[in-house]
Amino acid sequence: MTRRIFLRNSALAMVGVGSAPLWLERALYAADAPSPRKKILVAIFQRGAADGLNVVVPHGEKAYYDLRPTISVPRPSASGDKREDAAIDLDGFFGFHPSLAPLKPLFDRRHLAIVDAVGSPDPTRSHFDAQDYMESGTPGIKATRDGWMNRALPKPGGKVSPVRAVSLGPTLARSMAGPNPAIALQSIGAFQVRDPEAARQFQDMYLASKDPVMRAAGRETFEAVSMLQSVQSQPYSPAAGAQYPRGRLGDSLRQIAQLIKSDVGVEMAFADVGGWDHHVNELGQRASDGQLAVLLRDYGQALGAFWQDMGDRMSDVVVVTMSEFGRTAHENGNRGTDHGHANCMFVMGGAVKGGKVYGRWPGLEKEQLYEGRDLALTTDFRDVLGELVSRHLGNPTLKSVFPGYSPKALGLV
Amino acid sequence: MRKPALLALACLCGLAAFAKNPHDARQFLRQIPNNDKVSQALNRLTFGPRPGDAERVRAMGLKKWIDLELHPDRIPENPVLTAKLKTLDTLAMSSAELVRDYPTPQMVRQMVAGQAPFPADPGRRMLIQKLAAKAELKQGQGDQPNPTAPDAPALASLLTREQIRTLRTGTAQQRLAAFQTLSTDKQDDVIAALPAGLRQGLFQIAPPELRRKIEMANGPQQMVARDLMEGKLLRAIYSDRQLDEVLADFWFNHFNIFLDKGADHYLVTEYERDVIRPGVLGKFRDLLEATAKSPAMLFYLDNWQSVGPDAPQPRGQGKKARRGLNENYGRELLELHTLGVDGGYTQKDVTEVARCFTGWTINQPQRGGAFQFNPRLHDNGEKVVLGVTIPAGGGGIGGIQDGEKVLDIVARHPSTAHFISTKLAQRFVADDPPAALVNRMAQTFLKTDGDLREVMQTMLASKEFWSVGAYRSKMKSPLEMVASAVRAVNGDVDFAFALANQVAQLGQPLYRKQEPTGYSNSSQEWMNSAGLLARMNFALQLANGKVPGVKVQMAKAATELGSPEFQKR
Repeated sequence: MTRRIFLRNSALAMVGVGSAPLWLERALYAADAPSPRKKILVAIFQRGAADGLNVVVPHGEKAYYDLRPTISVPRPSASGDKREDAAIDLDGFFGFHPSLAPLKPLFDRRHLAIVDAVGSPDPTRSHFDAQDYMESGTPGIKATRDGWMNRALPKPGGKVSPVRAVSLGPTLARSMAGPNPAIALQSIGAFQVRDPEAARQFQDMYLASKDPVMRAAGRETFEAVSMLQSVQSQPYSPAAGAQYPRGRLGDSLRQIAQLIKSDVGVEMAFADVGGWDHHVNELGQRASDGQLAVLLRDYGQALGAFWQDMGDRMSDVVVVTMSEFGRTAHENGNRGTDHGHANCMFVMGGAVKGGKVYGRWPGLEKEQLYEGRDLALTTDFRDVLGELVSRHLGNPTLKSVFPGYSPKALGLV
Repeated sequence: MRKPALLALACLCGLAAFAKNPHDARQFLRQIPNNDKVSQALNRLTFGPRPGDAERVRAMGLKKWIDLELHPDRIPENPVLTAKLKTLDTLAMSSAELVRDYPTPQMVRQMVAGQAPFPADPGRRMLIQKLAAKAELKQGQGDQPNPTAPDAPALASLLTREQIRTLRTGTAQQRLAAFQTLSTDKQDDVIAALPAGLRQGLFQIAPPELRRKIEMANGPQQMVARDLMEGKLLRAIYSDRQLDEVLADFWFNHFNIFLDKGADHYLVTEYERDVIRPGVLGKFRDLLEATAKSPAMLFYLDNWQSVGPDAPQPRGQGKKARRGLNENYGRELLELHTLGVDGGYTQKDVTEVARCFTGWTINQPQRGGAFQFNPRLHDNGEKVVLGVTIPAGGGGIGGIQDGEKVLDIVARHPSTAHFISTKLAQRFVADDPPAALVNRMAQTFLKTDGDLREVMQTMLASKEFWSVGAYRSKMKSPLEMVASAVRAVNGDVDFAFALANQVAQLGQPLYRKQEPTGYSNSSQEWMNSAGLLARMNFALQLANGKVPGVKVQMAKAATELGSPEFQKR
């Protein structure tokens, strides 16, 4: 990888070496300069415990319809006025909620895989604890201070990009907390100090601070600012007519796409979307109405737009989704569901062996349910994440990424 | 050679709590010099010192000042604040009045259709009728995406060309004068017809009453949210009862409500004013019950819809689905409000607690209705909560006793004492508060039957509060940063809307934390690059006098307000 090729492939070519960030200049002369086409993992967290059973509908399971007399999604074979609300068949047993129509082509073209009856083995039904356990990657252990994504960052070759790990939103995701630099970013455009003179002064103050935490935070911040200057100077239009839905998730994914395509060294990205805690009005009189239906429309559109926008860059990217736990198999009488156990995860990418639902389906008969109420767990979420970390990112050190657990690959990538 | 470097990096980028080594218990016993104690008090018990505050506290005597802050009723409120809050009229209204006077578009349609009463005030009624007419006009457009098209000609028909020219290009004085010569009626029409840019410009130079008219044009239901945020910032900046304000922030956060969840939009005003604020230094049991019976909480955590599975009569007949038990409130009551997640309750307890609270509902939540116990929704069976048997049949008024018994049990539980003490210590002392202090506070809690003032006193009299380990060890939350910056420059705040937006930019949209956990009391929450940059940019804006609505009266450099030191308290 020569310097010339690096610059040609990178957006930084526009800036010119003179004004390139310090790390880049140094890196160009390092023997092991980072490749601009590293593998990338994008994690999306659905906060609030998404109802997996209504996202990927087990329409082949009779018990599903018995347990949910008013908030089930009709079978794909439904006729008459129920057709619009019918599940979109995937493999004869499972189907998508109708709002996820944009993702059906991806599933058919085998770029989208689903893992079902997957999640955390810890019995907690507390949102807060379960999210904590999933993001720390150590279910049941509260003492873990860093996040699985930070631990999963592959060991760097030379100096690393300050924007190697990006968390979209006003605060740094728990998943990315840790010793490796990771930045929280709300808006690419706003990620700077607006006055160059003041910027220099602030930078000096932070780097000179007696407080080591402030010093480190300052350093990470200003290095990232420097790195993103080149991205900010170029207006961005999503490719291939991709249309991200307005709102938090669409916004986050669009910016992640922009960052990846700008070749600033992003290896991990995180976005979250809240509002999945559907204790009431999960679905309306029709399955295509109700809170979950609305949320899934946004969700499907955002993921679909990301795929379109990224184009053939998706060969290097895997998107994985997760939620802290699922919901009760039965509805609760308020057209909603309460906190449950196992859920489903999506895995999307050019290299993904998609077009199927992975995992062993335990069934929804009473004796098959977890504690008699929830979908039982047959795959640990760390199996999914572990495989992506080792086989997609190429980081084999799973013992340190998921201490106390040995992930078993499912064959997703 | 790489390993030591990595280790050093790991230490620097410390996962350790802010500043000092948190595991060194001795730091929490070493006292700060007397000279620093006033600073510690002001940093922790107020939203930041204003110029002259330190001298005032020294003159009064630190102990006396703290005692006064713990008895806010003895402090006369700042008349400047009182005057500014007056214009935010929604803050004094009941939920029902809010729904009627600041209706949503749906509510407006209901009024026009005769299904709901118009507001009593004739001026308000006319305003709403105009809004209805405007909404109909917009709907009638259908395919035309340009909502301003019909308004443009309207401006020309309302004003002379001279007037329009003045409004576009005149000085602030000229624009105001031209506007104020118009009749009240016409003013409303002109405001509605003005393009957004001109309306915004007018807003920034307008006196308070005119500002409200302009805000109403954006949709009356938004006034409720705007007043809440304005009110909160004005109080943080101007109140002379500073500890009271800090505690109001703490306890609202502890008993968090998400403003944007449906009916809660209209229920939060009353909640904060009548439930939270009066209870911050009283008995925990009283505060807890007030939240449990508040329409805001009943709606937010879905308890208003919770029905006992064996209830005598299911709610809603005919087409509506049969309702059932909803565990949301039961769980969060135990996990977040009282015992804490490790407090020793089980899933069974959650369900049993939920059963006790069936029937605790709201009369007409969408109309700003009040708490109502509905015995027909109540599960009258026997329950066992945390080992205590609550007999079947409830006794008393159809079973409301069951829920009240639960509140008795949890409010007095040792885990609750410990959990509440931990949270208070985390907010006021250190991110990782020393166990010895928390234990003493918990003891006070149990001994005094949950007297929050006594618990605060135990904390404020402790060695730990005045220790090196605590001093300047916490990072300011976005609200604290913005308020302390405005206080530091002795800011004169005409309107606080822009400041509220800044607090959101820094990561803490007021009243808009979606999860019942509320915002964290820990510094780690705010220590990230997006937040740091936003703080620096806000510091720049404020120092340069460029924050709309805020006049700097005591110049401070941006490099001070945006410095790492200023981010700490």
